[in-house]
Amino acid sequence: MEKLLAWIDDRFPLTKVWEEHLSKYYTPKNFNFWYYFGSLALLVLVMQIVTGIFLTMHYKPDTESAFASVEFIMRDVSWGWLIRYMHSTGASFFFIVVYLHMFRAMMYGSHRKPRELLWIIGVIIFVALMAESFMGYLLPWGNMSYWGAQVIISLFEAIPYIGPGLSEWIRGDFVVADATLNRFFAFHVIAIPLVLVILVFVHIVALHKVGSSNPDGIEIKKKKDANGIPLDGIPFHPYYTVKDIVGVVVFLMVFSAVVFFAPELGGWFLEHDNFVPANILQTPPEIVPLWYFTPYYSILRANTVSFILDAKVWGVIFMALSIMVFFFLPWLDRSPVKSIRYRGWIFKTALAFFVVAFVILGYLGTKSPQAIDLMLFPNVYWAQIFTIVYFAFFALMPWYTKIDKTKPVPERVTK
Amino acid sequence: MSEGVDRDKRRFLTLLTTGVGAIGVGFAATPFVLSMTPSARARAAGAPVEVDISKLESGQMMTVEWRGKPVWIVRRTKDMLASLPALDKVVADPESKVADQQPSYAANKTRSLKPELLVLVGICTHLGCSPSQKFQVGPASGMGDDWTGGFFCPCHGSKFDLAGRVFKGVPAPTNLPVPPHTFLSDTRILIGEDKKGAA
Amino acid sequence: MKKAILILLCAALPGLSLASGGEHVKLDAVKIDLSDKASLQRGARTFVNYCLSCHSISYMRYNRMGEDLGLSEELVKANLMFASDKTGELMKAAMTREDGKKWFGTAPPDLSLVARSRGPEWFYTYMRSFYRDDKSSTGWNNSVFPSVAMPHVLHDVQGLQRAVYRTEKHESESVKDGKKVKKVTEEQVFDRFEIEKPGSMTPQQYDESMRDLANFMVYVGEPAKLVRYRLGISVLIFLAIFFVVAYLLKKEYWKDVH
Repeated sequence: MEKLLAWIDDRFPLTKVWEEHLSKYYTPKNFNFWYYFGSLALLVLVMQIVTGIFLTMHYKPDTESAFASVEFIMRDVSWGWLIRYMHSTGASFFFIVVYLHMFRAMMYGSHRKPRELLWIIGVIIFVALMAESFMGYLLPWGNMSYWGAQVIISLFEAIPYIGPGLSEWIRGDFVVADATLNRFFAFHVIAIPLVLVILVFVHIVALHKVGSSNPDGIEIKKKKDANGIPLDGIPFHPYYTVKDIVGVVVFLMVFSAVVFFAPELGGWFLEHDNFVPANILQTPPEIVPLWYFTPYYSILRANTVSFILDAKVWGVIFMALSIMVFFFLPWLDRSPVKSIRYRGWIFKTALAFFVVAFVILGYLGTKSPQAIDLMLFPNVYWAQIFTIVYFAFFALMPWYTKIDKTKPVPERVTK
Repeated sequence: MSEGVDRDKRRFLTLLTTGVGAIGVGFAATPFVLSMTPSARARAAGAPVEVDISKLESGQMMTVEWRGKPVWIVRRTKDMLASLPALDKVVADPESKVADQQPSYAANKTRSLKPELLVLVGICTHLGCSPSQKFQVGPASGMGDDWTGGFFCPCHGSKFDLAGRVFKGVPAPTNLPVPPHTFLSDTRILIGEDKKGAA
Repeated sequence: MKKAILILLCAALPGLSLASGGEHVKLDAVKIDLSDKASLQRGARTFVNYCLSCHSISYMRYNRMGEDLGLSEELVKANLMFASDKTGELMKAAMTREDGKKWFGTAPPDLSLVARSRGPEWFYTYMRSFYRDDKSSTGWNNSVFPSVAMPHVLHDVQGLQRAVYRTEKHESESVKDGKKVKKVTEEQVFDRFEIEKPGSMTPQQYDESMRDLANFMVYVGEPAKLVRYRLGISVLIFLAIFFVVAYLLKKEYWKDVH
């Protein structure tokens, strides 16, 4: 065995990579619950790719056969129903995991120097993920697939001058049609997965260059022993490989519970309107994107005032800004301290407000703007209020993080 | 790390986890592998085919499709059947000993259920071309003076007799396959299913 | 901080109870039980006898239905197949879409997924909510789906159902020329259904028959539902065992870490 290993090592940096990135990659020893979501995101990515490959064996990307081919998978293909449900549930769980992963970063300051680039790569992955799931949702060619795509692509028409041409170019036709379905298939199955895999690789390379942060936000590389090993570091393998296996098993239990007992999740994971084939003559009573897009959908619809530009255009601008703003987080945060554990009450309150705004905007995104679902006045006004809260979290951050009273940061990590 | 590491316990637990994990991977992989087997749609399309042979005259052949392949039904004349024993020495498998090429009820001298009705899958056992019918006897057939009737594959020259048996010295290795079949009546054959059930 | 989020979210909760206005037809509850094979068989028979002539369930195969419902191939061929004889075939309607459009104005939709898109309660209530309406082209209307193009196919079974209305007075106040004016309007409000002429089943029998049909439609919507619950339990049990093993391994190694 050693001989084989030596033969390989002479030709390929196998042992070097193993040591540098696993058995001698020193990770902070105080990772908590919030640190499972990175490896879980990788698991979901692999799962989506594998289930996706097997779905592609039976799915037909043309408007005449797409809907039927999905039902064919559900009924005629051996175990097709399971593969389909794993893929649809996986898409939602991807966002659950990624949102929690991003939240961890915001809580513990994983986006701060020297990890700004790591954070930026992560936000790019997030945007790519949104594109991937948007395109994937058109493929079943259900009525919600069709009309959801129609609405979102027509948003691009709002862009001055180039809008209409751009929309037509994206669609490959005057409305969402066969051309659109086929190219979304190409993007969803090949182009974006390739991009995602490369980006995830780059993301991990960037992480390993600077080393992982931790719940206390202190740099473990600052305190090393005589051998140059961080005092608060433990090798990723075997400690975190073994811990992450437990995380994976627990995740799979929750995931399986949904796949086997409630794959539709009451319409949240599989929309009822999508069990009707795309009908270009009949729009569903309410066009609602899947839950993970609803906060941004809310922000899009919150803009009702036309000022120089049409209200619709402002909606698009603010929706784009609501995602772009994440890129600037490392520079908006002026606190001398990284982790929420050592910040004052101002940041904690601000983050709480952000979470509440995000959740409520998400809820409002599923409802009609004119209806009164919260209290007192129509949803659209609440959406406007919470959009302001959302942006205030970022816009005011340079100020409130500066004036926030911080606690002294420890020298060594705590539990 | 620290002293007093119980290596045996670690090895045991690692093996146990790996074992349970491997079983899990096996369970998880099974649906994916099985999803590649023929779907219900493929099986429905490949369902047995019922053929009406009431109009098939003596000495004539008809072709039907089953599972995407041509199936020949020949109503052999007495002369055609009589010509078979003489060819026992020049065919590679005169007794139809290769079991894969026919169901047990066709492993006989005429390779059929009823002597006169031959049912064959018309795909050459060499590389898959469909042979041509050569029922004309003698030099007029273009197959040589001794030709007593059969099939000729144009791709590489393989020859088969009127029971689908492959001649010696040709590229094809085995007799033409006989598909599972059964008689629903004197005039109806079901191709693709016999007493044992659907193929 | 987590507490703060929780408190703020709870503050918003009372508002959630204020549902938006909007016409929602009251849907009756229906007991769906896919393990009740006899019910599914009765539902299948009703569907094939009354519905399949116009509505296809074109993602369902005869032989799959037979297998799942515990019916032999002979039984399926004898009782449930009228148009074709190959049990592997898809259950298509006798009527073509073009003819359907011609005769009804709109082609009767395929019903394979109606239980998933509308829900079994909607279907169950719909099938019991047809009533006589001389103003409609078919002579029938439906309180769940107003002006539906479908006639009451099962009227010989349910009987002749009529809608009975009651008069409701509404008082409203408005201000006109500085004086308060009271206005009383009368409105015809739907009260209940009444069977004017009985059909071959009593109302209770009809309800049960429609429950069987709804049960069948849920099955047709997702045949895999028969197996996925059982399988899910096995998967969770396996994962629970795996969890114990993996956790013991983790704890053993993490003894090193202080």
